[in-house]
Amino acid sequence: MSTLFHDAPAGLPASLPRRVLNQGRYEAAAMLRNGEQLVLMIVMPLLGLVALAVTPILNGMGDSRINIATPGILALCALSTAFTGQGIATGFDRRYGVLRFLSTTPLGKAGLIAGKVIAVLVALAIQVAIISTVAAFMGWRPSAAGVALGIPLLILGAATFTALGLLIAGTVRPEATLAITNLGWILLAALGGIVLPAAKFSATMAGIVAWLPSGALGTLMRAALLQGRIDVFSIVILLAWAVAGSIAAIKWFKWN
Amino acid sequence: MTLTPNSAPDAALVITGLVKDVGPIPALDGRMKRIISNISLQARFGEVTALLGANGAGKTTTIECAQGLQNRTAGTISLLGQDPENAGAALRARVGVMLQDGGLPPAARPVALLRHVARLYSNPLSVDALVDRLGIAEFSATTIRRLSGGQKQRVALAASLLGNPEVLFLDEPSAGLDPQSRLMVFELIRELRDAGKAIVLTTHLLDDAQRLADYVYIVNHGESVTEGTVPELLSQSTASQSQRTMTFEAGPGLDTSALAHEHVHCEETRPGSYRLAGALEPADLARFGQWCARLGVMPTSVHLASQSLEDVFLAIAASREPATVKPHALKTEIR
Repeated sequence: MSTLFHDAPAGLPASLPRRVLNQGRYEAAAMLRNGEQLVLMIVMPLLGLVALAVTPILNGMGDSRINIATPGILALCALSTAFTGQGIATGFDRRYGVLRFLSTTPLGKAGLIAGKVIAVLVALAIQVAIISTVAAFMGWRPSAAGVALGIPLLILGAATFTALGLLIAGTVRPEATLAITNLGWILLAALGGIVLPAAKFSATMAGIVAWLPSGALGTLMRAALLQGRIDVFSIVILLAWAVAGSIAAIKWFKWN
Repeated sequence: MTLTPNSAPDAALVITGLVKDVGPIPALDGRMKRIISNISLQARFGEVTALLGANGAGKTTTIECAQGLQNRTAGTISLLGQDPENAGAALRARVGVMLQDGGLPPAARPVALLRHVARLYSNPLSVDALVDRLGIAEFSATTIRRLSGGQKQRVALAASLLGNPEVLFLDEPSAGLDPQSRLMVFELIRELRDAGKAIVLTTHLLDDAQRLADYVYIVNHGESVTEGTVPELLSQSTASQSQRTMTFEAGPGLDTSALAHEHVHCEETRPGSYRLAGALEPADLARFGQWCARLGVMPTSVHLASQSLEDVFLAIAASREPATVKPHALKTEIR
């Protein structure tokens, strides 16, 4: 008889940081291997950046088109990865019982969520590096103060959209998650004030958009990177969405 | 027979008076539905403990409560001396779980996935050894969505074993297994038992329980109705053990009264289809031959069978009154 089990020591968990980092790395690799996700995460924002920089859509809104476009496109990256990408991945993981299985391992439910947040941050860092490099070649020159403000704001935005993506993934069928998060991405990207400043719309529309997490993040990123300041109204709105989204996700997320 | 187990020192899992409500159910006007009304069991180290029951009897819910995947409504559960609802990583590392649907990401490849799960433990078993032991190498580079049911089960079993758990939960371990996988999985389960693990499995197949289980709990409509070793349970229905049935097809409306006697009864189950049941003996076969000759009947088919053990178990499950008094027994919907 084999001694595979007789001689082995009893099960011990890896340390918490090691478990969470391993899960984050595994999930990030899974996201980056997925072709559709790459289109959503990299190709679409790049196309948006180039379109806004070469067409006159943003004319009259500031000093240069690339300076106004880049903060919004970075905010769009957070929406793509955290809301749509992670929402869809989690929805299908839930369908296939992956969430239940992993929550019985030493990783646990909290570690699973932490791993997802890390995966989003890793993917977002890669997006930011690519978008910033391309934008820099197109003449984007953000101030150091703007960058210092923009990074934590972008992370806050990613956290907010992760909570909202998980809320949807944890409450409806994966097909519905797919539809809602993709449609949400298109609507928020086009009309949600994330890429195009709310001032582009009518006063009524701008008034509505300012209350959306997308509009708040777009405004915050532009205020930070263009003017080196924090837009107080928008950060209150974004924080409120983050808190409400997290509470709702914790309350209503179903693991199976 | 004890339905309220006293915690033995070698018990890995003790469940007492488990109750589980789900809902609110819109179809029940938003009321809760009681799916487990009273389940008590214990699983010991070095034994395979089986929960046997029909689909929907509450087996999976019971072990999911024991794993901490579902919160219970009432009752106590002690898994390795701890409450699984508040389980930390240290407890989860000592418990292996194979879910009924596997719980494996379809886009992953088996060995890469196993290596990832192994990294969640500080001292995992060798992935290579498990891959070798369960014959996973032959499909190691295929994505999980393209594997057969038996191959998926083997990967899920390997994943549940990586931490070298002291307690192993297997939900319907032989579901979808081809004969080769089944042999492999059953051998491994016996080896794990011999290594002193407590193995808790659910099955709706009596054959699985009979081949693997040291101790069986029969679960019916959310209650544990009886328990014992397989021989003990069989001895509860010694009369049933000698039960045989003979079915035959012949013309409709034949007078079969000559075939029946004290220990055997005969009925026409549908026109032209007859069923003899009871303690059939060789003399009954001789009587059947004479009956055919006398009436000039040539049956188009004759089928003789021992009453299946599954029938015996179903009879036990159906006939036994629950051993403990339960206020909720007649009230499966509450609130």
